Amino acid sequence: MIETNVDAMRPYKTLLRYAVMIFLAYIFAFPLLFMVMSSFKTENAMFADMYSLRAVLPVGDLMLDNYQNVFRKSNIELFFFNSVIITTLNVLLGLIVNSMAAFSMARLKWKGQEFVLIAIVSLLIVPFEAIAIPLLMLVAKLPWIAFEGGELVVQSSWLNTLHVQIIPGIANAFQIFLFYQFFRDIPKDFDEAAAIDGASPLRTFWSLIVPMSGPVFATATILAFLANWNNYLWPILTTQSESARPIMVGIQMFFSNNTDWGEIMAYSTLTTIPVFIVFIAFQKKFVASLAGTGIKG
Amino acid sequence: MTLSTTQAQAAPIKKNYRGPMSRLQSRYGLLMIAPAVFFLLMFLVTPTLMAFYMSFTNQRLISPNPTEFVGLRNYDRALALSVIRLPAERDEQGNIQVDDDGNTEFPRLRTVTRKDEKYKGFRELYSWESDDTKTVLVAKDPIFYKSFYNTFRFAFMVVPLQVAMALGLALLINRQMKGVNFFRSVYFAPVVTSMVVVSIVWSFFFNKDMGLFNRYLEVFSFGLIEGPNWLGDPAYAMKSIVIMSAWQGAGVQMLIFLAGLQGISKDLYEAASIDGANGWHKFRFITLPGLRNTFVFVVIATTIAAFGLYTQVAVMTAGGPVDSTTTVMYHAVRKGQTEQDMGYGSTITVIYFAVILIIALLQKLYFERKGD
Repeated sequence: MIETNVDAMRPYKTLLRYAVMIFLAYIFAFPLLFMVMSSFKTENAMFADMYSLRAVLPVGDLMLDNYQNVFRKSNIELFFFNSVIITTLNVLLGLIVNSMAAFSMARLKWKGQEFVLIAIVSLLIVPFEAIAIPLLMLVAKLPWIAFEGGELVVQSSWLNTLHVQIIPGIANAFQIFLFYQFFRDIPKDFDEAAAIDGASPLRTFWSLIVPMSGPVFATATILAFLANWNNYLWPILTTQSESARPIMVGIQMFFSNNTDWGEIMAYSTLTTIPVFIVFIAFQKKFVASLAGTGIKG
Repeated sequence: MTLSTTQAQAAPIKKNYRGPMSRLQSRYGLLMIAPAVFFLLMFLVTPTLMAFYMSFTNQRLISPNPTEFVGLRNYDRALALSVIRLPAERDEQGNIQVDDDGNTEFPRLRTVTRKDEKYKGFRELYSWESDDTKTVLVAKDPIFYKSFYNTFRFAFMVVPLQVAMALGLALLINRQMKGVNFFRSVYFAPVVTSMVVVSIVWSFFFNKDMGLFNRYLEVFSFGLIEGPNWLGDPAYAMKSIVIMSAWQGAGVQMLIFLAGLQGISKDLYEAASIDGANGWHKFRFITLPGLRNTFVFVVIATTIAAFGLYTQVAVMTAGGPVDSTTTVMYHAVRKGQTEQDMGYGSTITVIYFAVILIIALLQKLYFERKGD
């Protein structure tokens, strides 16, 4: 009896639900759509369109002047390139180091591994903010050997370099834990068969486990990509010069030195494009990654 | 960790691999974990230990002078609190002096802090007046206390707001309906956008004269309401950051709640329907208890994230106006990096870390006790 009652309510309820969903979608999408659309408009058009749906639609006299001005006023190509290098290398090296460590703990036996596992899990509670300042002190004093003008030069500090933004973040306790959970659940028969065929553990890892672990590598890549591309606190602490500046610091500086909102929106759009492309392309994967990692805390 | 490799005893691989502690596994195991352990020791454990060490020194980022041990001086500088009572100024007859506006006149705080060695270096944190005394709460670093107050204020506002928004969104789209995946992605889109970009775009919305919010207020109230100076008024600045942060971050918790909702058995709802339970009852007695663990996790994780508040403040307000948005992280960075005072910056960091651990622990205990 109750079932039919619910069914009778359904059309009206469904409609209401959609109405709320659309209204909220407008609120969540508005700032981002507004940013993209305004970047193609004059400041006057942007203000004039603000009060209607035109604010989030590509209508009126669209132009690229804002983008041209951004490229003229800021060294954005360099900052963008820096961010690409930093993100790519950090994500790649991180995947290798962290997945190997997880494999070692999940599928190999050695003395002391329980202790190492507990130590790594307990490192999960240290938020980056709590070590940012002392880490800055540390990298300010670390030496580095660079190749400059055909000869090796010893630099006395890591500040204002690309590697200071790549290396400290390579090992990540959370990522190790993520890989560990996945590797642990793969049946052991696989490695045993490989071992009988004479494969070393490293070989087993590389040609057997890694190809089987697509989902966890995808999750780790997405999380690491987002964290790297959007990173702000660490680069603002370690880079003053333009040469190693990533795009997030670039846009923040552009924002504080310019007043033209059209140009600021253009810069914001350029900064966000890579993330949006990846997000739209891998939407489902994104959602699964972030939802799945949450509950394990 | 050491690698013991006695080549002479190396046996065929097959035999070795099956042993419980085979040398091959042990050798590769250590080899494969070594890079991660090295990097974690170097860039996570070392800085954590350095923070403690440096908090007892006058370490500077770059300095020609050698670093010295200063004992607890940094902690004293951060934590020292005192109360000073200022009696009202009286004339020769002993009557309380009143200024032109009718306010009681009190001696200036500085006359006391300069004169009395005990109060050297103290500055006003907060004060209140009674008829004949002004009581001043003084601290050696008033901004330190203010930054903790602001951080707590932010967390107290943003955590309930963001968690409620996320739960609402999750309940809204937890249906087998057409287009649900699309809406989920839209609500999630701000999460992938960088906080720097979000802060910049919202700075435009919050702008006093040209900003979207105030223009809307003006137009829709037919010019009756004059919008506040969102980011420029101490009464509104932190609230503005709260609204924006909740909007940006709710998508993550929404996904976690969605996963939690999917873990609740459909049978429970059906059984409740048969018993005649209405929607509210189902929500109160099935959904909420079913989400308990998810809820605890979300609240603790959101609180810890809220305590790290830095980017929004750095981009939108630079800690102002009048330090109303200076957070602990912002203060630590200003001391440690901008002013290069590593010793004091580390001290703030250590206290910050301790406070976070205590809060996470208290929340866990609270939820566990409530669960019994």
